[in-house]
Amino acid sequence: MSHFVIVGAGECGARAAFALREKGFDGEITLVGSEAIAPYERPPLSKASVLETLDPKFIASLEKYAESGIRLLSDVTAQDVDPVAKTVTCSDGSRLAYDKMLLATGAIARPLPGAAMNSAHIRSLRTHADAMALRKAMLPGKHIAIIGGGFIGLELAAMARMLCADVTVIEGLERVLKRGVPEDIAHVITQRHRAEGVDVRCGIAISALTEEGGKAIVRLSTGETIEADLVLVGIGAIPSTELAMRAGLTIENGIAVNEYLMTSAPDIYAAGDCCSFPLAIYGGRRVRLESWRNAQEQGTLAAANMMGVDEAISAVPWFWSDQYDMTLQIAGLSEGAVTHLRRDLGESAFMLFHLDEAGRLLAASGIGPGNAVARDIRLAEMLIAARAHPDPAALVASNIKLKSLLAA
Amino acid sequence: MSGNWIKVCEKDDIDEEDVIRFDHSGKTFAVYRSPADEFFATDGLCTHEHIHLADGLVMDEIIECPKHNGRFNYKTGEAKGAPVCVNLKTYPVKVEDGSVFISV
Repeated sequence: MSHFVIVGAGECGARAAFALREKGFDGEITLVGSEAIAPYERPPLSKASVLETLDPKFIASLEKYAESGIRLLSDVTAQDVDPVAKTVTCSDGSRLAYDKMLLATGAIARPLPGAAMNSAHIRSLRTHADAMALRKAMLPGKHIAIIGGGFIGLELAAMARMLCADVTVIEGLERVLKRGVPEDIAHVITQRHRAEGVDVRCGIAISALTEEGGKAIVRLSTGETIEADLVLVGIGAIPSTELAMRAGLTIENGIAVNEYLMTSAPDIYAAGDCCSFPLAIYGGRRVRLESWRNAQEQGTLAAANMMGVDEAISAVPWFWSDQYDMTLQIAGLSEGAVTHLRRDLGESAFMLFHLDEAGRLLAASGIGPGNAVARDIRLAEMLIAARAHPDPAALVASNIKLKSLLAA
Repeated sequence: MSGNWIKVCEKDDIDEEDVIRFDHSGKTFAVYRSPADEFFATDGLCTHEHIHLADGLVMDEIIECPKHNGRFNYKTGEAKGAPVCVNLKTYPVKVEDGSVFISV
Protein backbone atom coordinates (compact mmCIF):
# COMPACT_ATOMS: atom_id res chain seq x y z
CA MET A 1 0.00 0.00 0.00
CA SER A 2 1.14 3.49 -0.81
CA HIS A 3 2.16 5.67 2.15
CA PHE A 4 1.93 9.48 2.07
CA VAL A 5 3.61 11.34 4.93
CA ILE A 6 2.67 14.93 5.73
CA VAL A 7 5.14 16.81 7.89
CA GLY A 8 3.54 19.70 9.73
CA ALA A 9 0.10 19.52 11.30
CA GLY A 10 -1.21 23.03 10.88
CA GLU A 11 -3.95 24.29 8.60
CA CYS A 12 -2.12 23.22 5.47
CA GLY A 13 -1.05 19.74 6.56
CA ALA A 14 -4.40 18.84 8.09
CA ARG A 15 -6.34 20.09 5.06
CA ALA A 16 -4.04 18.12 2.78
CA ALA A 17 -4.67 14.93 4.76
CA PHE A 18 -8.45 15.29 4.53
CA ALA A 19 -8.27 16.37 0.90
CA LEU A 20 -6.39 13.17 0.03
CA ARG A 21 -9.28 11.14 1.42
CA GLU A 22 -11.93 13.36 -0.20
CA LYS A 23 -10.20 12.80 -3.52
CA GLY A 24 -10.22 9.05 -3.00
CA PHE A 25 -6.66 8.25 -1.91
CA ASP A 26 -6.83 4.80 -0.34
CA GLY A 27 -3.26 4.36 0.90
CA GLU A 28 -1.84 5.18 4.31
CA ILE A 29 -1.65 8.76 5.53
CA THR A 30 0.57 9.87 8.42
CA LEU A 31 0.36 13.45 9.66
CA VAL A 32 3.33 14.43 11.82
CA GLY A 33 2.93 17.46 14.09
CA SER A 34 5.24 18.84 16.75
CA GLU A 35 2.50 20.33 18.90
CA ALA A 36 0.91 18.30 21.68
CA ILE A 37 -2.65 19.02 20.58
CA ALA A 38 -4.51 18.22 17.36
CA PRO A 39 -4.30 20.72 14.46
CA TYR A 40 -6.18 23.96 15.07
CA GLU A 41 -6.89 27.16 13.19
CA ARG A 42 -4.30 29.86 13.84
CA PRO A 43 -6.09 33.06 12.71
CA PRO A 44 -8.35 33.06 15.82
CA LEU A 45 -5.30 33.12 18.12
CA SER A 46 -5.19 36.90 17.78
CA LYS A 47 -8.96 37.37 17.66
CA ALA A 48 -11.97 37.29 19.93
CA SER A 49 -13.04 33.75 19.11
CA VAL A 50 -10.08 32.24 20.96
CA LEU A 51 -9.14 35.04 23.33
CA GLU A 52 -12.67 35.08 24.74
CA THR A 53 -13.47 31.35 24.77
CA LEU A 54 -9.87 30.31 25.56
CA ASP A 55 -10.36 27.10 23.57
CA PRO A 56 -8.49 26.22 20.39
CA LYS A 57 -10.64 25.98 17.27
CA PHE A 58 -9.73 22.50 16.10
CA ILE A 59 -9.75 21.81 12.37
CA ALA A 60 -11.36 18.44 13.03
CA SER A 61 -12.16 16.20 15.99
CA LEU A 62 -9.83 13.32 16.83
CA GLU A 63 -12.63 10.94 15.80
CA LYS A 64 -12.63 12.50 12.35
CA TYR A 65 -8.93 11.65 11.87
CA ALA A 66 -9.60 8.08 13.01
CA GLU A 67 -12.68 7.72 10.78
CA SER A 68 -10.73 9.08 7.82
CA GLY A 69 -7.84 6.72 8.41
CA ILE A 70 -5.38 9.53 9.08
CA ARG A 71 -2.65 8.57 11.55
CA LEU A 72 -2.02 11.76 13.53
CA LEU A 73 1.30 11.82 15.36
CA SER A 74 1.17 14.68 17.86
CA ASP A 75 4.15 15.96 19.83
CA VAL A 76 6.44 14.37 17.26
CA THR A 77 8.98 16.33 15.22
CA ALA A 78 10.32 15.15 11.89
CA GLN A 79 14.09 15.44 12.27
CA ASP A 80 15.63 14.19 9.07
CA VAL A 81 14.51 13.30 5.60
CA ASP A 82 16.46 11.03 3.32
CA PRO A 83 15.13 11.83 -0.16
CA VAL A 84 17.01 8.92 -1.73
CA ALA A 85 15.93 6.19 0.67
CA LYS A 86 12.58 8.04 0.97
CA THR A 87 12.41 7.95 4.74
CA VAL A 88 11.69 10.43 7.52
CA THR A 89 13.26 10.05 10.97
CA CYS A 90 11.18 11.39 13.83
CA SER A 91 11.87 12.63 17.37
CA ASP A 92 10.12 9.57 18.85
CA GLY A 93 12.76 7.37 17.24
CA SER A 94 10.53 6.08 14.49
CA ARG A 95 11.53 6.00 10.85
CA LEU A 96 8.72 6.34 8.33
CA ALA A 97 9.12 5.15 4.76
CA TYR A 98 7.12 7.30 2.35
CA ASP A 99 6.06 7.02 -1.25
CA LYS A 100 5.26 10.72 -1.36
CA MET A 101 5.78 13.41 1.21
CA LEU A 102 4.34 16.86 1.79
CA LEU A 103 6.29 19.44 3.77
CA ALA A 104 3.80 21.77 5.42
CA THR A 105 6.17 22.99 8.09
CA GLY A 106 4.79 26.52 8.23
CA ALA A 107 6.68 29.44 9.68
CA ILE A 108 8.02 30.57 13.01
CA ALA A 109 7.90 34.00 14.60
CA ARG A 110 10.86 36.15 13.65
CA PRO A 111 13.02 36.70 16.75
CA LEU A 112 14.16 40.13 17.86
CA PRO A 113 17.95 39.96 17.84
CA GLY A 114 19.39 39.74 21.32
CA ALA A 115 16.07 39.29 23.10
CA ALA A 116 14.34 36.31 24.66
CA MET A 117 11.56 34.76 22.57
CA ASN A 118 9.22 33.09 25.02
CA SER A 119 9.99 34.01 28.59
CA ALA A 120 7.83 35.18 31.48
CA HIS A 121 7.37 38.69 30.09
CA ILE A 122 8.28 38.40 26.42
CA ARG A 123 6.20 36.44 23.96
CA SER A 124 5.67 35.92 20.28
CA LEU A 125 2.44 34.52 18.85
CA ARG A 126 2.39 31.28 16.95
CA THR A 127 0.69 28.68 19.12
CA HIS A 128 -2.39 28.40 21.26
CA ALA A 129 -0.13 28.34 24.34
CA ASP A 130 1.31 31.70 23.23
CA ALA A 131 -2.20 33.12 22.88
CA MET A 132 -3.12 31.96 26.38
CA ALA A 133 0.03 33.53 27.83
CA LEU A 134 -0.85 36.81 26.15
CA ARG A 135 -4.43 36.57 27.27
CA LYS A 136 -3.33 36.39 30.91
CA ALA A 137 -1.77 39.83 30.63
CA MET A 138 -4.79 41.36 28.91
CA LEU A 139 -6.29 42.75 32.10
CA PRO A 140 -7.22 46.20 33.38
CA GLY A 141 -4.20 47.97 34.80
CA LYS A 142 -1.68 45.81 32.93
CA HIS A 143 0.52 47.33 30.28
CA ILE A 144 1.23 45.43 27.08
CA ALA A 145 3.91 46.68 24.71
CA ILE A 146 3.70 45.38 21.17
CA ILE A 147 6.79 45.48 18.99
CA GLY A 148 5.71 45.54 15.36
CA GLY A 149 2.66 47.16 13.75
CA GLY A 150 1.70 44.25 11.54
CA PHE A 151 -1.53 42.24 11.46
CA ILE A 152 -0.76 40.15 14.55
CA GLY A 153 0.45 43.11 16.60
CA LEU A 154 -2.54 45.27 15.72
CA GLU A 155 -5.12 42.52 16.18
CA LEU A 156 -3.70 41.77 19.61
CA ALA A 157 -3.60 45.50 20.41
CA ALA A 158 -7.32 45.68 19.64
CA MET A 159 -8.07 42.62 21.77
CA ALA A 160 -5.99 43.93 24.66
CA ARG A 161 -7.84 47.27 24.56
CA MET A 162 -11.20 45.54 24.43
CA LEU A 163 -10.11 43.69 27.60
CA CYS A 164 -9.07 47.05 29.13
CA ALA A 165 -5.28 46.64 29.24
CA ASP A 166 -3.03 49.61 28.40
CA VAL A 167 -1.33 49.16 25.06
CA THR A 168 1.68 50.67 23.31
CA VAL A 169 2.50 49.68 19.72
CA ILE A 170 6.05 50.39 18.53
CA GLU A 171 6.69 50.22 14.79
CA GLY A 172 10.12 50.70 13.26
CA LEU A 173 8.90 52.01 9.91
CA GLU A 174 7.14 55.34 9.38
CA ARG A 175 3.69 53.75 9.50
CA VAL A 176 1.96 50.52 10.49
CA LEU A 177 1.15 47.76 7.97
CA LYS A 178 3.77 48.98 5.55
CA ARG A 179 3.98 45.58 3.92
CA GLY A 180 1.00 45.03 1.67
CA VAL A 181 -1.56 47.48 3.04
CA PRO A 182 -2.14 50.82 1.27
CA GLU A 183 -1.46 53.97 3.24
CA ASP A 184 -5.09 55.20 3.21
CA ILE A 185 -6.26 52.01 4.88
CA ALA A 186 -3.35 51.90 7.33
CA HIS A 187 -4.28 55.48 8.27
CA VAL A 188 -7.89 54.50 9.09
CA ILE A 189 -6.59 51.65 11.25
CA THR A 190 -4.06 53.84 13.07
CA GLN A 191 -6.70 56.48 13.79
CA ARG A 192 -9.04 53.87 15.17
CA HIS A 193 -6.39 52.41 17.48
CA ARG A 194 -5.55 55.89 18.75
CA ALA A 195 -9.23 56.63 19.33
CA GLU A 196 -9.43 53.43 21.37
CA GLY A 197 -6.52 54.61 23.51
CA VAL A 198 -3.63 52.67 21.99
CA ASP A 199 -0.35 54.59 21.96
CA VAL A 200 0.80 53.94 18.38
CA ARG A 201 4.41 55.04 17.85
CA CYS A 202 6.00 54.75 14.43
CA GLY A 203 9.53 55.28 13.15
CA ILE A 204 11.08 54.11 16.40
CA ALA A 205 13.68 51.34 16.63
CA ILE A 206 14.27 49.07 19.60
CA SER A 207 17.72 49.35 21.21
CA ALA A 208 17.21 46.61 23.77
CA LEU A 209 14.56 44.34 25.22
CA THR A 210 15.22 42.85 28.64
CA GLU A 211 13.43 41.60 31.75
CA GLU A 212 14.00 43.15 35.15
CA GLY A 213 12.08 43.00 38.40
CA GLY A 214 9.00 41.25 37.10
CA LYS A 215 8.66 43.53 34.06
CA ALA A 216 9.85 43.69 30.50
CA ILE A 217 11.90 46.76 29.69
CA VAL A 218 11.94 48.13 26.15
CA ARG A 219 14.66 50.62 25.37
CA LEU A 220 13.89 52.79 22.36
CA SER A 221 16.20 54.45 19.87
CA THR A 222 14.92 57.78 21.19
CA GLY A 223 16.54 57.05 24.55
CA GLU A 224 13.20 56.45 26.24
CA THR A 225 12.37 53.35 28.25
CA ILE A 226 9.00 51.61 28.30
CA GLU A 227 8.07 49.23 31.11
CA ALA A 228 5.51 46.57 30.37
CA ASP A 229 3.94 43.58 32.09
CA LEU A 230 4.23 41.76 28.80
CA VAL A 231 5.93 42.42 25.48
CA LEU A 232 4.66 40.85 22.30
CA VAL A 233 7.27 40.59 19.58
CA GLY A 234 5.29 40.63 16.34
CA ILE A 235 7.84 41.44 13.68
CA GLY A 236 6.94 38.88 11.07
CA ALA A 237 7.58 35.23 10.41
CA ILE A 238 10.32 33.21 8.81
CA PRO A 239 9.64 30.00 6.93
CA SER A 240 10.52 26.72 8.63
CA THR A 241 13.01 25.34 6.16
CA GLU A 242 15.55 23.55 8.36
CA LEU A 243 14.34 20.06 7.61
CA ALA A 244 14.22 20.75 3.87
CA MET A 245 17.65 22.37 3.97
CA ARG A 246 19.17 19.34 5.71
CA ALA A 247 17.58 17.13 3.09
CA GLY A 248 19.33 19.18 0.39
CA LEU A 249 16.20 20.72 -1.13
CA THR A 250 16.45 24.04 -2.96
CA ILE A 251 15.60 26.95 -0.69
CA GLU A 252 14.67 30.35 -2.06
CA ASN A 253 12.89 32.49 0.55
CA GLY A 254 11.25 29.26 1.70
CA ILE A 255 11.27 25.79 0.22
CA ALA A 256 11.27 26.41 -3.51
CA VAL A 257 8.46 24.63 -5.39
CA ASN A 258 7.24 24.77 -8.97
CA GLU A 259 3.69 25.62 -10.02
CA TYR A 260 2.63 22.08 -9.02
CA LEU A 261 4.09 22.49 -5.50
CA MET A 262 6.90 20.02 -6.25
CA THR A 263 10.22 20.65 -4.52
CA SER A 264 13.61 19.98 -6.10
CA ALA A 265 13.51 16.39 -4.76
CA PRO A 266 11.40 13.67 -6.38
CA ASP A 267 8.12 12.87 -4.64
CA ILE A 268 8.51 15.67 -2.08
CA TYR A 269 5.98 18.49 -2.21
CA ALA A 270 5.76 21.62 -0.09
CA ALA A 271 2.81 23.92 0.57
CA GLY A 272 1.67 26.82 2.72
CA ASP A 273 3.76 29.36 4.66
CA CYS A 274 6.98 27.35 4.28
CA CYS A 275 7.23 27.46 0.49
CA SER A 276 7.89 29.98 -2.25
CA PHE A 277 6.17 29.43 -5.59
CA PRO A 278 5.76 31.05 -9.00
CA LEU A 279 2.50 32.91 -9.35
CA ALA A 280 1.34 32.75 -12.97
CA ILE A 281 -1.15 35.62 -12.70
CA TYR A 282 1.77 37.93 -11.92
CA GLY A 283 4.05 36.74 -14.68
CA GLY A 284 5.48 33.81 -12.74
CA ARG A 285 6.93 36.03 -10.01
CA ARG A 286 8.13 33.91 -7.08
CA VAL A 287 6.26 34.69 -3.87
CA ARG A 288 5.75 33.22 -0.44
CA LEU A 289 2.47 33.85 1.34
CA GLU A 290 1.67 33.69 5.02
CA SER A 291 -2.07 33.36 5.02
CA TRP A 292 -4.74 31.01 6.17
CA ARG A 293 -6.46 30.71 2.84
CA ASN A 294 -3.23 30.05 1.00
CA ALA A 295 -2.36 27.31 3.50
CA GLN A 296 -5.73 25.74 2.95
CA GLU A 297 -5.78 26.03 -0.83
CA GLN A 298 -2.22 24.80 -1.27
CA GLY A 299 -2.83 21.89 1.10
CA THR A 300 -5.74 20.86 -1.07
CA LEU A 301 -3.80 21.42 -4.28
CA ALA A 302 -0.79 19.46 -2.99
CA ALA A 303 -3.10 16.55 -2.17
CA ALA A 304 -4.45 16.57 -5.72
CA ASN A 305 -0.99 16.72 -7.27
CA MET A 306 0.37 13.98 -5.00
CA MET A 307 -2.38 11.88 -6.56
CA GLY A 308 -1.18 12.78 -10.05
CA VAL A 309 -3.67 15.47 -11.04
CA ASP A 310 -1.02 17.98 -12.25
CA GLU A 311 -2.97 21.11 -11.48
CA ALA A 312 -1.03 24.39 -11.39
CA ILE A 313 -1.41 27.10 -8.75
CA SER A 314 -3.90 29.69 -9.95
CA ALA A 315 -5.30 31.19 -6.76
CA VAL A 316 -5.28 34.93 -6.15
CA PRO A 317 -3.64 35.78 -2.81
CA TRP A 318 -6.17 36.86 -0.21
CA PHE A 319 -5.76 38.19 3.32
CA TRP A 320 -7.97 39.53 6.04
CA SER A 321 -7.62 41.12 9.44
CA ASP A 322 -10.15 41.85 12.19
CA GLN A 323 -9.58 44.79 14.52
CA TYR A 324 -12.35 46.04 16.83
CA ASP A 325 -15.51 45.88 14.69
CA MET A 326 -13.58 46.51 11.47
CA THR A 327 -12.49 44.02 8.88
CA LEU A 328 -9.78 44.61 6.33
CA GLN A 329 -9.61 42.41 3.25
CA ILE A 330 -7.06 42.35 0.46
CA ALA A 331 -7.15 40.38 -2.78
CA GLY A 332 -4.12 40.22 -5.06
CA LEU A 333 -0.66 41.75 -4.75
CA SER A 334 -0.34 45.44 -5.53
CA GLU A 335 3.39 45.55 -6.44
CA GLY A 336 3.70 47.34 -9.76
CA ALA A 337 0.45 49.26 -9.43
CA VAL A 338 0.56 52.88 -10.60
CA THR A 339 -3.11 53.85 -10.32
CA HIS A 340 -5.10 53.63 -7.10
CA LEU A 341 -8.85 54.24 -7.35
CA ARG A 342 -11.24 54.61 -4.45
CA ARG A 343 -14.79 53.30 -4.29
CA ASP A 344 -16.95 54.24 -1.31
CA LEU A 345 -19.22 51.56 0.11
CA GLY A 346 -21.56 53.35 2.44
CA GLU A 347 -20.56 55.67 5.24
CA SER A 348 -17.50 54.13 6.77
CA ALA A 349 -16.41 51.48 4.30
CA PHE A 350 -14.33 51.90 1.18
CA MET A 351 -12.11 49.96 -1.13
CA LEU A 352 -9.12 50.75 -3.29
CA PHE A 353 -8.36 49.27 -6.68
CA HIS A 354 -4.72 48.99 -7.70
CA LEU A 355 -4.08 48.97 -11.46
CA ASP A 356 -0.90 48.70 -13.48
CA GLU A 357 0.14 50.96 -16.36
CA ALA A 358 -1.93 49.06 -18.85
CA GLY A 359 -5.01 49.35 -16.66
CA ARG A 360 -5.00 45.76 -15.49
CA LEU A 361 -6.43 45.21 -12.02
CA LEU A 362 -3.64 43.81 -9.84
CA ALA A 363 -5.14 44.07 -6.38
CA ALA A 364 -7.99 45.45 -4.34
CA SER A 365 -8.12 46.30 -0.67
CA GLY A 366 -10.96 47.43 1.51
CA ILE A 367 -11.92 48.24 5.06
CA GLY A 368 -15.20 48.71 6.85
CA PRO A 369 -17.37 47.60 9.72
CA GLY A 370 -18.23 43.91 9.88
CA ASN A 371 -18.07 42.31 6.48
CA ALA A 372 -19.06 45.43 4.56
CA VAL A 373 -16.29 45.04 1.99
CA ALA A 374 -16.30 41.25 1.66
CA ARG A 375 -18.57 40.84 -1.32
CA ASP A 376 -16.90 43.49 -3.44
CA ILE A 377 -13.43 42.24 -2.56
CA ARG A 378 -14.53 38.77 -3.66
CA LEU A 379 -15.74 40.17 -6.98
CA ALA A 380 -12.49 42.09 -7.36
CA GLU A 381 -10.64 38.83 -6.75
CA MET A 382 -12.50 37.28 -9.67
CA LEU A 383 -11.62 40.26 -11.86
CA ILE A 384 -7.97 39.89 -10.85
CA ALA A 385 -8.04 36.16 -11.64
CA ALA A 386 -9.55 36.96 -15.04
CA ARG A 387 -6.69 39.46 -15.63
CA ALA A 388 -9.37 42.04 -16.34
CA HIS A 389 -8.83 45.67 -17.38
CA PRO A 390 -12.00 47.14 -15.86
CA ASP A 391 -13.31 50.58 -16.77
CA PRO A 392 -11.87 52.94 -14.11
CA ALA A 393 -15.01 55.06 -14.16
CA ALA A 394 -17.11 52.01 -13.29
CA LEU A 395 -14.75 50.98 -10.47
CA VAL A 396 -15.22 54.26 -8.63
CA ALA A 397 -18.98 54.54 -9.25
CA SER A 398 -20.67 52.95 -6.23
CA ASN A 399 -23.94 52.67 -8.13
CA ILE A 400 -22.42 50.36 -10.76
CA LYS A 401 -22.30 46.81 -9.48
CA LEU A 402 -18.92 45.13 -9.67
CA LYS A 403 -20.70 41.95 -10.69
CA SER A 404 -21.70 43.65 -13.94
CA LEU A 405 -17.99 44.19 -14.74
CA LEU A 406 -17.31 40.51 -14.35
CA ALA A 407 -19.79 39.62 -17.05
CA ALA A 408 -18.40 42.29 -19.40
CA MET B 1 -46.96 21.38 5.62
CA SER B 2 -45.16 23.63 8.03
CA GLY B 3 -45.51 26.38 10.57
CA ASN B 4 -46.57 29.94 10.13
CA TRP B 5 -45.67 31.89 7.03
CA ILE B 6 -43.76 35.01 7.92
CA LYS B 7 -43.52 37.90 5.49
CA VAL B 8 -39.90 38.74 4.66
CA CYS B 9 -40.08 41.55 2.12
CA GLU B 10 -41.34 42.52 -1.29
CA LYS B 11 -40.07 40.44 -4.16
CA ASP B 12 -38.09 43.31 -5.64
CA ASP B 13 -36.31 44.05 -2.39
CA ILE B 14 -33.94 41.25 -3.37
CA ASP B 15 -31.98 41.54 -6.60
CA GLU B 16 -31.62 38.56 -8.86
CA GLU B 17 -28.67 36.37 -7.85
CA ASP B 18 -28.51 38.08 -4.49
CA VAL B 19 -29.33 37.63 -0.81
CA ILE B 20 -30.69 39.64 2.11
CA ARG B 21 -30.61 39.15 5.85
CA PHE B 22 -33.91 38.64 7.65
CA ASP B 23 -34.21 38.59 11.45
CA HIS B 24 -37.25 37.16 13.17
CA SER B 25 -37.98 36.09 16.76
CA GLY B 26 -34.36 36.21 17.80
CA LYS B 27 -33.20 34.15 14.81
CA THR B 28 -31.45 35.29 11.69
CA PHE B 29 -32.07 33.98 8.19
CA ALA B 30 -30.68 34.53 4.71
CA VAL B 31 -33.22 34.84 1.90
CA TYR B 32 -32.04 34.39 -1.69
CA ARG B 33 -33.28 35.18 -5.18
CA SER B 34 -31.72 32.88 -7.77
CA PRO B 35 -30.71 33.90 -11.32
CA ALA B 36 -33.82 31.99 -12.46
CA ASP B 37 -35.99 34.22 -10.25
CA GLU B 38 -36.76 31.60 -7.61
CA PHE B 39 -36.59 32.30 -3.86
CA PHE B 40 -34.89 30.27 -1.14
CA ALA B 41 -34.11 30.63 2.56
CA THR B 42 -31.47 29.22 4.90
CA ASP B 43 -30.17 29.85 8.37
CA GLY B 44 -28.47 33.23 8.37
CA LEU B 45 -25.18 32.22 9.96
CA CYS B 46 -22.35 30.22 8.47
CA THR B 47 -21.84 26.84 10.16
CA HIS B 48 -18.07 27.44 10.46
CA GLU B 49 -18.05 30.63 12.53
CA HIS B 50 -20.98 32.88 13.36
CA ILE B 51 -20.85 35.09 10.30
CA HIS B 52 -23.88 36.54 8.50
CA LEU B 53 -24.07 34.90 5.10
CA ALA B 54 -26.11 37.79 3.72
CA ASP B 55 -22.85 39.78 3.46
CA GLY B 56 -21.52 37.10 1.12
CA LEU B 57 -21.61 36.68 -2.61
CA VAL B 58 -24.25 34.69 -4.49
CA MET B 59 -23.07 32.99 -7.68
CA ASP B 60 -25.64 30.77 -9.38
CA GLU B 61 -26.85 28.45 -6.65
CA ILE B 62 -23.91 29.02 -4.29
CA ILE B 63 -23.64 31.39 -1.35
CA GLU B 64 -20.11 32.07 -0.20
CA CYS B 65 -19.41 33.13 3.38
CA PRO B 66 -17.90 36.65 3.41
CA LYS B 67 -15.31 35.72 6.00
CA HIS B 68 -13.62 32.48 5.08
CA ASN B 69 -15.19 31.63 1.73
CA GLY B 70 -17.03 28.56 2.97
CA ARG B 71 -19.51 27.65 0.23
CA PHE B 72 -23.02 26.28 0.44
CA ASN B 73 -25.68 25.41 -2.08
CA TYR B 74 -28.44 27.70 -0.81
CA LYS B 75 -31.15 25.62 -2.50
CA THR B 76 -30.26 22.44 -0.57
CA GLY B 77 -28.09 23.80 2.26
CA GLU B 78 -25.28 21.46 1.25
CA ALA B 79 -21.79 22.45 2.49
CA LYS B 80 -19.41 22.41 -0.47
CA GLY B 81 -16.11 21.69 1.28
CA ALA B 82 -13.48 23.09 3.67
CA PRO B 83 -13.67 25.08 5.82
CA VAL B 84 -17.37 24.26 6.05
CA CYS B 85 -18.43 20.70 6.75
CA VAL B 86 -21.85 21.15 8.38
CA ASN B 87 -24.83 21.75 6.08
CA LEU B 88 -27.06 24.81 6.39
CA LYS B 89 -30.67 24.37 7.42
CA THR B 90 -33.11 25.45 4.71
CA TYR B 91 -36.67 26.76 5.01
CA PRO B 92 -39.68 26.71 2.69
CA VAL B 93 -40.35 29.95 0.81
CA LYS B 94 -43.36 31.17 -1.15
CA VAL B 95 -44.13 34.28 -3.16
CA GLU B 96 -47.65 35.67 -3.07
CA ASP B 97 -48.88 38.96 -4.52
CA GLY B 98 -45.31 40.14 -4.97
CA SER B 99 -44.31 39.40 -1.37
CA VAL B 100 -41.84 36.80 -0.11
CA PHE B 101 -42.75 34.58 2.85
CA ILE B 102 -40.78 31.95 4.74
CA SER B 103 -41.99 29.19 6.98
CA VAL B 104 -39.88 28.91 10.12
